[in-house]
Parts: sequence; C-alpha cells; structure tokens
Amino acid sequence: MSMAMVEASAPPLSQAGWIRAWPIYPLLLFVLAFFVYPVAQILWLSLIDPDGHFTLANYVHAATTPVYLQTLGITFQIAVWTTLLAILAGYPVAYLLATSRVRTREALTLLVLMPFWTSFLVRTFAWMILLGRNGVVNHLLVSLGIVDAPLSLIFNFTGVMIGMVHSMMPLAVMAMLSVMERIDGNLVKAARTLGARGGNAFWRIYFRLSMPGIAAAGLLVFITALGFFIVPSLLGGRQQTMISQVIISVVQELLNWRFAGALSVMLLAASALVFYLYDRLLGMSTLSGSADDVADGRKSGVLARAGSAAGERLIAALGWMTDRAGALLETVMPPRADRPRRAWSRLVLGIVAGLIIAFLCLPSLFVIPVSFTDGSFIEFPPKGFSLRWYETYFTSPGWVAATTRSFVVALLTGFVATVLGTAAAIVLVRQRIMFRMAIITLVLAPLVLPRIIIAVALFYLYAQLNLVGTVAGLVIGHTILAVPYVVITVMAVLKTYDERLDHAAWTLGASKWQALRRITLPQIKGGLIAGFLFAFITSFDDLTIALFVTGGSTSTLPRQMWNDLLLQVNPTLAAVSTLILVFVTAFIVLAEILRRRAVAG
Amino acid sequence: MAAPASGAAREAITPDAPVKLSIRNVGKTYGGITALESASFDLRQGEFLTLLGPSGSGKTTLLMIVAGLVQPTRGEVWIDGKLATYTMPDKRDVGVVFQNYALFPHLTIRENIAFPLRMRRMPETRIAQEVARVLDIVQLPHVAARLPRELSGGQQQRIALARCMVYGPSIILMDEPLGALDRKLRDRMQLEIKELHARHAITVLYVTHDQEEAMAMSDRVCLMNQGQIEQIGTPRELYFKPSTPFVADFLGESNMLDGTLEKAGDVALMRGPHGLAVRARTHQVIAPGDAVKAVVRPESVRLLREGETADNEAAGDVTEAVFVGGVSRIFITLTQGVVISAKQLTDAAVPQPRPGERVRIGWNIDHGVVLKASEPAR
Repeated sequence: MSMAMVEASAPPLSQAGWIRAWPIYPLLLFVLAFFVYPVAQILWLSLIDPDGHFTLANYVHAATTPVYLQTLGITFQIAVWTTLLAILAGYPVAYLLATSRVRTREALTLLVLMPFWTSFLVRTFAWMILLGRNGVVNHLLVSLGIVDAPLSLIFNFTGVMIGMVHSMMPLAVMAMLSVMERIDGNLVKAARTLGARGGNAFWRIYFRLSMPGIAAAGLLVFITALGFFIVPSLLGGRQQTMISQVIISVVQELLNWRFAGALSVMLLAASALVFYLYDRLLGMSTLSGSADDVADGRKSGVLARAGSAAGERLIAALGWMTDRAGALLETVMPPRADRPRRAWSRLVLGIVAGLIIAFLCLPSLFVIPVSFTDGSFIEFPPKGFSLRWYETYFTSPGWVAATTRSFVVALLTGFVATVLGTAAAIVLVRQRIMFRMAIITLVLAPLVLPRIIIAVALFYLYAQLNLVGTVAGLVIGHTILAVPYVVITVMAVLKTYDERLDHAAWTLGASKWQALRRITLPQIKGGLIAGFLFAFITSFDDLTIALFVTGGSTSTLPRQMWNDLLLQVNPTLAAVSTLILVFVTAFIVLAEILRRRAVAG
Repeated sequence: MAAPASGAAREAITPDAPVKLSIRNVGKTYGGITALESASFDLRQGEFLTLLGPSGSGKTTLLMIVAGLVQPTRGEVWIDGKLATYTMPDKRDVGVVFQNYALFPHLTIRENIAFPLRMRRMPETRIAQEVARVLDIVQLPHVAARLPRELSGGQQQRIALARCMVYGPSIILMDEPLGALDRKLRDRMQLEIKELHARHAITVLYVTHDQEEAMAMSDRVCLMNQGQIEQIGTPRELYFKPSTPFVADFLGESNMLDGTLEKAGDVALMRGPHGLAVRARTHQVIAPGDAVKAVVRPESVRLLREGETADNEAAGDVTEAVFVGGVSRIFITLTQGVVISAKQLTDAAVPQPRPGERVRIGWNIDHGVVLKASEPAR
C-alpha cells in the first residue's frame, strides 16, 4: 500500500476525531510495544556489533557460509513446490465448493478446514504414523503386494511435501473460493449458448476469471510456507532444513541474537521481495479478490500486461485441447437429442475433489486407534486395546501442568484479543480516522510476517523484561498473533450491521454506552464468538512463541508435545493428540452452534 | 408507438411461416417439486412470443429448457425442425440474452461479440467485419475497445443483444432483459428491441413478469401460472377474451362477479349475488346452473346520466372517489352489496361524484365476459 494512497483517502484531521477514536489506542499501543518495537530491535541488532558499532559482519557471515545460502535455497524450493501443489490440488476442491449448492458447500467447507483447526502438531504426528517405515501406508502397500519393500515416505522431500501441502491447502482453497464465489454463474452458461463447448467455456471464462484467486492463494501459501519449521523438522531429513529451523538453533544453541536477527532479515527480505514481485506482476488489488479489477489489464502490473497475451493464448489452447478430448469421447459415446445427458465431468470432479478432501480430513483420525495400543511403540494396526497411555498422560505431572497452562493462556489470550480487537474494529469500521489503511496494515501484519521472527524478537524483549517463562509473556505473544483474526472477523460483521439501529436507540433515549451494550454487541455476538474462537485456537495451537518463551516446568501443551516428538515418540503422544482432537472438535461444534444461534436470534 | 414495428412483423408471420421452435408436452420436476407441468406451443419464424407470469410460474424454467441449460423431465423440444430436447447448449441454434446480460467482464466489447464467432472458428477478417456490422446495428460502434462495466445498463443490454445477433441463431431467447433498467430506459429499450426484431425478422422467445412490457412488445403472449400455460394468444385476445379468471385477474384490472349461469349461448345471462343479472359474451361451453364469473374492466363501467341506458344496469352508492390525474377511479357499492370499480377520464368541467351519492352504472354486453368459475382441471 503506497503512502500516497493512504494520504489521499485520509479524511481531514479534526481534534474531536482523535479523541473519539480512543478505543483503538490500547491495541495500537499494544502492537507498537510488543510487535513493532521488538521486531525493529532484533533487526537493528543484526546491524551492530556488541560494542555498539555498525557492522555488516552478520550478513557477510550468512552470505559467505554455503550452508546458510543453501538453506535459503531449500526454503524457497520447498515453498515453491508447496505452493504449486497446494493450488493444483486445491483448485478442483474450490471449484466443487463454489459450484455446489449452499448446504453442500457449508458442509464441505467444514471438512476442508479440518486440518486448519486440528493442531499443527497433531496432524504432523498423524503423518508420522501414516508415512513411517512401518506406518499405515507402507503396511497397506506391502500387505496388498503393491510394493515388495516399504517405501521411504518420511524424513525426505516427499514427507515434507505431503505435510506442507496438507497444511497449506485449506488456505489455498479458501483464497480461491472467495474469488470463485463471486463469478457470475450465468457467464459460463452464456458461453455455452454462444457456442462454446465445455472446455472453452471453462478455460476461457471460468478459469480466466478465477485467476486472481489463484494468484492470491499463491502469495498467501508461499509467504506462509517460507516460515515453516514444524513439518520439515518432523517429516523432513537433513536435506530439507528450512531457514526457520536454522534461526531456532542459532537462538537456542548459540544464543547468537545478532546473527539470528540477520537471518530473520533475510527471511523478511525474501518475503518482501515476493510481495514486491507479486505487486509488480499482478498488482496488489488482486489480493482483495475482486475479479473485475484483475480483468482490467490497465490496472495491473507491467509484466502482467506483457505476459497476458501469451497467457490468453495458452488458455485458448487449453480450451481447444479439452474440447478435442471431449469430442473424442463423443465419438465413442455419441450424445443423443432424445436422451438426457449424463454429467460425466461433474462426476469426475466429484471423485477427484472427494479424494482430495479425504486427504485433508482423514489423516488426523489415525492418531485415535494408535492411542489405544497395549504395546510400547507407535504401530499400526495397534497391539491389543488398553487405556494405559491415557493413564500415563493423566498421571504425569508434566503433561497435566502443560495442559492446564495451555488452557489458562488460551482463555486469557482469547479474552484480551477479543476486547482489544473488537474495540479497534468498531473504530476502524465506524469512524473516519487518519491513516486508516496504515493502521489496518499494521494490525494485520503479524499474519503475514513469519512467526519465527516475532518469536525471536519477543524472546529478546522478554529476556530484558524478565517475562521469559511467564504466563503474561505467553499471553502477550499469542495476542499479537491472534488479534488480526479478531479484527478481521469483527470488522466483517460490523460492515453488515445497520448503524441506523444505533441511531434509533439514541433517539429513544439510550446513551452511547447503553446502545453499544444493548443493541450493537448482542447483534454482533456471532462475530465476537468467532473472533474469540480464532484467538483461543491460535494460542492453544501455538508452538513458535512457546518454543522460546517456555521450557521445562513452564511448558505449554504444544511445547511438551514438541519435546516428545523430537526426543522419544511414544503412544502417550497419540493419547494426547486424540484428546486434543476431541476437545478442539467439540469446541468448534459448540462455537458453531452458538454462532448460528446468535445469527438466527 | 410500437405500431409500425409490430405491423411489419405480423406480416412476416403467416400460418405457413416455418416453425422455428416447437415445444411438446415439456415438463420439469426437481426432486418432488414440479417447476413446469406440461407446456406445448409453436413459435414461427419472425414471431415475438412472450412468456408472462408471476415468479415461480415456470417461465424461466421453460426458457432454460429451450436454451439447453436445463434438461426437461419429459416432452420434446424441436428447434428448426430438428429434435433438440437434450442437445448440448452449444449445439442448438439459439442465442440467449441473460437477465444481467452475462457479458464477460474480462473481455472487451469487441471480444465479447467475437466470442461466438471464434467458437465457430470463423476467420479473423470475417470476425472483424461481423463485429463491426452488429455494432452498427445496435448503434454503438465506438465502444468496441471498452470493457463491459464501462458501459451504461442500456448499452450493455444492446451489446448482449448484438452478441446474440452476430451469429444469426434461429431463435433469440431473452430472460427478463430489461429487469435491471429504470422505467424510462426500459420503455426506450422496449421500442429498440421491437424495432430490431421487426427489421431483422428475428424470432424471439421473451420472458417477463411485467404485463405492460409483454403487451407492448409481443405478437403473442403465453401467460403462465403455477407451472402451466393459462392462455396463449395475442395481447388483445388475452385482455378482452381471457379464458380463465386468473388471466382476467392478472392482466389489467377487472371487476369479477360470482354467480351461476342462467342462460347459455353467445350472449350468456348470469345471475349474480342478490339477483344481480349480468349479460355478457362467452367463448366457452358452459351449461346453465354452472358456477361462473363475469369479468368487466373498470374502464368499461360507465356512470349513467339521467335518461342514459346500457345493456347491463345497476344502482348503488359511491363509496369512494379517487382522483389520480388523467383518470379518476370510483368505487360504487351496489344495492346488491357488491363493490364495483369504475375508471373514467377526468373532466375538469364535470364535478367528481361524492361519497354517499346515489348513482346508476352500466356497461354493454360486448364489454363483459362470462367464464367458468372453476380453475381448469390440472
């Protein structure tokens, strides 16, 4: 977002405006103190030596040591492949969702978002169960005689890809869906009546109009994938070490802040570069998801125009090729004017998308049978049946303490983020304030900034403030991560809220506070619940912040799981994972019911 | 206004003009819900036929079946002499103008119009000529390089029509094409479409829920209700010779009097409430004793002056008189207890009747129609 735009859209400054906007200040101060300041500090730190002099030594070190450059290369490589695969596999799913009836779409959306809700560690652990040398997949392949010896599916590139694509695809699907939902269904119908066969109608019209969604999905997935460390740590081998892992070890093992800062800058620069290229190529307007904006070549980037001619030709070629294939099929099964047509393409789409959705939501479920094993190892099928691992969990002071801590932190985070975020959202939607776009960008920045950088920065800050290992430290960090979700959800709900209801309340004698409490808040309850839910889950699932800020007796649940996953994979993890799965599912179902009731009421 | 155009078009539709579209017993059921019961009619070359009806009457379903975008549950669709019931939309010879025009937002006007020609693999030079030709027809040659959203609603409407005309389909289907325009623009576009239809002898199947639009534009109107065709005929036939009470009620305003038939024949006699006798034309076979309805248009009801007579006469008190400009509307409660509405041109020199005033009203035999009261069997 360029400054010129922000200033152009800013309404004139007025003294009263500054005062009236007070509800936004707590969040603003919070973000400045615990996000902007620490991140700036850690970046600054990378540029000065211990004596306080300016130095580029850290960068020279990073740039001249092959292992760091290699890691950066691997990080990019993994992110690129993840992006391509997530879009390729996500497109049919998004298309199916976009072209289904509302009811079907809502149900399928819940399934697609399953991995998003399921704890990161749980699903990665599930993949370890599935992909291991004696895992479910190999067990099945060998016993069916498809392969002679177990395949290497884990601790290599394949494992990382499976895990990453599984994690990122929901994001890709949702980004593409938001654009597809806005494509007028009549356009494809019109193309058909104008003489286009299915192929040309799909590629030239539907696919062409869905491209902004693909671009947005690509950017989101790529940027998020750059910062990953859980999946490559647990499912990858030495060859798949990503930059976040290096940052972690530099901080944890070498305690070298300055160098970690330099690596963070490199990661940040990489992200920024991608954003920049994206803007040049496609224009940022595509991110808002409006199909119209992108359709207009004049508004988009320089390269987009140059490449568009070639792109249009490619799309046309794809259209004709698909139709050629369709025509070939028709020579085998000629269509008849007196018999209803079968929707073959729809059937194929249903099967393909169905398989992909199964890939998204089934794997996590494999932790359940494994947790009831009577054996001492993770194995499938599990040996016998017992509850011993649940007993281990409930009788272990470490696990119980970590669980309690996670709940306390998540509840507090949910509360703080909802209060701060809602207050800010109300101001952002209802008042004309200065630098509105800049403020929104700032508040939402933690969403796109690699989490690892925030974590390292907070660790450094906390070390100075003695917040390491405290509940407060965790809540602060998690609130920074969670508040963007609250702001987005509440803003979305407020935009559809009819402000005249408040005006009516005022004329009927309600004070501003009474109107807010009795009229506005009850009506936007759904948004508040959703925001709280997002915040709770974000905190409950977070490992990145907890990785640095906690340890030993101050561990959270994810932190405790992480330790076990790295050191000694055992069935207790399966029991914990099952409990988390059950809890999170129940939590979401409950929240969904509450939300629906709030919307209906 | 539209008279010359429709006159020219009517000349083209002779009984021996080739049938362009034939709908035979076409029905559609979604799950257990019947959207279209059973429709049959023929559309001849150069004809402008409108499917008119309230929402949910099945008119759009029928149009979509003709377009090939919905597959019928039963019946047959013949286009230009070929069976096309289940033919793919791209293989049937139709053009569709959608309600929101469905212009491709990412393509310029030129490319939008060229689209059907490209799909037909027409050489590039001919495409350019054809696009220029239809842009001239719709009088928008200067917008070729623009994008659809840079055009006004009326312009988009014309481009949508041009995109259909460019490849000369047998029939052009229009699904409430003027629904999104404001009243004034709608009136103008009605004339424009009508004129294009007449000049280029296009065969049009048109869908609307606006009865004035249907009356103004169509050679024939097919009035639909609850998935069934109520009546099909010229606008005048539907207005003056409705075949069911629904038709009489849906088109324009009408006074509807319940009663039983006393005497059948070309001029029927109906005995209404409290002995009110009504003599009117009938076009149906009705037996004496049957329950019937007499339909009289308010504009046919006259206030009789001293000494004036009419075929049907009744007396009553004025309940209300409303002046709405050019016309005045008077409600009269007859001594038989029935309320009759009358509509007359306002005359500045004549004072409006006042509520409570005793008046005599009357109308002629030719201005009333007697219909069977029961809805036709479904």
